[in-house]
Amino acid sequence: MPESAREERHTIGVLVDNEPGVLARVIGLFSGRGYNIESLTVAETDPQGKLSRITIVTSGTPMVIEQIKNQLGRLVPVRKVSDLTIEGPHVEREMALVKVHGAGEKRVEALRIADIFRARVVDSTNESFVFEIIGKTTKLSAFIGLMQPLGLVDVARTGVVAIARGPAAF
Amino acid sequence: MAYEEMSGAKILIQALVDQGVKDVFGYPGGAILPVYDELHQQNQIRHILVRQEGGAVHAAEGYARSTGKVGVVIVTSGPGATNAVTGITDALMDSVPLVIFCGQVPTHLIGNDAFQECDTTGITRPCTKHNYLVKSTADLARTIHEAFYVARSGRPGPVLIDLPKDVQLAMGAYIPPQDIVHKTYQPKTRGDRALIEQAVALMAQAERPILYCGGGVVNSGPKASELLTKLVDVTGFPVTLTLMGLGAVPASHPQFLGMLGMHGTYEANLAMHGCDVMVCIGARFDDRVTGRLNAFAPNAKKIHIDIDPSSINKNVLVDIGIVGDVADVLEQMLNVWTSSGVKPDRKALAAWWRQIDHWRTRNSLAYRQTGDIIKPQHAIRRLYELTKHRDDVFITTEVGQHQMWAAQHFGFEKPNRWMTSGGLGTMGYGLPAAMGVQLAQPGALVVDIAGEASIMMNIQEMSTIAQYRLPVKVFILNNQYMGMVRQWQELLHGSRYSQTYMESLPDFVKLAEAFGAVGLRAEKADQLDDVIKEMIAVDKPVIADIMVDKAENCFPMIPSGAAHNDMLLGPEDKAEKPISEEGMVLV
Repeated sequence: MPESAREERHTIGVLVDNEPGVLARVIGLFSGRGYNIESLTVAETDPQGKLSRITIVTSGTPMVIEQIKNQLGRLVPVRKVSDLTIEGPHVEREMALVKVHGAGEKRVEALRIADIFRARVVDSTNESFVFEIIGKTTKLSAFIGLMQPLGLVDVARTGVVAIARGPAAF
Repeated sequence: MAYEEMSGAKILIQALVDQGVKDVFGYPGGAILPVYDELHQQNQIRHILVRQEGGAVHAAEGYARSTGKVGVVIVTSGPGATNAVTGITDALMDSVPLVIFCGQVPTHLIGNDAFQECDTTGITRPCTKHNYLVKSTADLARTIHEAFYVARSGRPGPVLIDLPKDVQLAMGAYIPPQDIVHKTYQPKTRGDRALIEQAVALMAQAERPILYCGGGVVNSGPKASELLTKLVDVTGFPVTLTLMGLGAVPASHPQFLGMLGMHGTYEANLAMHGCDVMVCIGARFDDRVTGRLNAFAPNAKKIHIDIDPSSINKNVLVDIGIVGDVADVLEQMLNVWTSSGVKPDRKALAAWWRQIDHWRTRNSLAYRQTGDIIKPQHAIRRLYELTKHRDDVFITTEVGQHQMWAAQHFGFEKPNRWMTSGGLGTMGYGLPAAMGVQLAQPGALVVDIAGEASIMMNIQEMSTIAQYRLPVKVFILNNQYMGMVRQWQELLHGSRYSQTYMESLPDFVKLAEAFGAVGLRAEKADQLDDVIKEMIAVDKPVIADIMVDKAENCFPMIPSGAAHNDMLLGPEDKAEKPISEEGMVLV
């Protein structure tokens, strides 16, 4: 496969004015132009400046990734677009809440694995646990995979948030 | 300083005045009544009452494109807004600066499925450059001034403001435009000097260069066209223009190869295919221009100048991408070119020109006018020949064969004289656009070159034209077919003319008369000149119904899925070159 046709996974940070419809603009851009969204998170990060930060994990050929960044930059409420994947080292984290239903040995095994993964129990009944787990996407997926045979019934994931390493601001 | 308090509707009028707006196009309705009441009580802004909101938007487009100013539209909520959507999309695709005001149900009813309510900002989000829903009169002045700024800055485009009725009625402070700071949108207009130097170095070494320029040159203002012509002169390079760029270089310039692309000239397309350095200025490598992408200019180093970063490397990977306004970058480029004492390879250029002149001898736009039946190309040629002595000719078109023939056979010496729907390809664009042009250019000769199918799509605007006594000329090439669709059916679908014959057409002469206009008809070639002369002489709107050859097709043509060097030059060409399966699925 030629270099130009290879799909790459990129994590993109977008600083936007927190105004009505801004998320719809970003999502509409992705659906309207046929780009992938693997995950998207958004929350206000600067209440004084009324700014929100969106973290998008997307995949595409290098040309498509460049397009995505340029198209995002074209939106009027977008202040800054930053491709964390190519702009140096960064930290990515995701959180999941994982509900496991079971009894006996399976229940003990679920707790033991949770301990290994440093997942916390945030809710418990006689026949269920809700675990909170934070880490890279791959770690969360591994944990969820292991819970599958132990009575996994429900998963909620936040999607990735990411930030550049080092002292520089966004 | 304390700002004056006034109603939202009055703020709108004041903002328009302060933005230098003289004319607006619109149609009233329940949710925009307060604005219309204010319009009624002032005389600084002229309101043009169209017959359908779609006409208002195209009229504003014609107005904007012939003047370089922002076109303004006022419509009501619900159907008023949805009728405007086609024109708004058209303006987005062709980068036309517009500000559209839509009435909306009062804020407390939004989301309740109220009468004539629709989610206007939701519907228009993907087809505007930006849009706003104003929920408080306090925000209105700022929003309007920002909308004008966004519409005309950077790559121009349509900006919509949704105005709930209570916001129009409530009182708020009016903030004048000079007091407003635009926080986020700051497009870059100067090009990167280092990249421009690299580009000039590449151009200087070129043996087979070409300048491929588009609507961005026209949008950048008349100065950009002057600078481009200067660049053409100092470099000695051949230049070709896209459909949207016609007029950016005078058609009579000896280095102009004509339009390129699907219905471009043989020499323009072969020069694109064979070039070693391509300088794309204010164009966007549209599929109508590039043909098959993997065979596009295979041996060329490519330079791309565009104000929109997302245009660069979108369809075609380029070697040097320069983000900036065409006029600014061309000025920088010319400075570098002259100050660095570049000496282009004159010998190689001379050989390139010999090759181009050889391609030119194919005379790819040739047609044969014999006998009584009027060839459509001939009709355009005669219109051009009989008007080219004038300096005030503005042409609009609808969409289809007539549009391509007009692009091929009408020569434009200046920018802003040619208004056509390029990106969206909107049938029904030309008549309302001509109306907008005529309002902006009183006394000028404004001709809508139309087809009999397209003209029916917005024919109601004849009534507006009559009301405002606009002497717009409608020049219909009547072949009784949706010609371009029929041409594709001939090429791709075994000549099965599914639904492309226009039955029960109106008598256009009588139709003109019904609208208070003058109707003329030419059925034979020897009547053509007289009809054109009379059409021009009459100081009234005219519909000239030119009965043309029904079977004529538009050539040359790059069939869909083919490369630039694989053109059909005439009807006898097509039998040997069946269209590929990949080509069949393309539009």
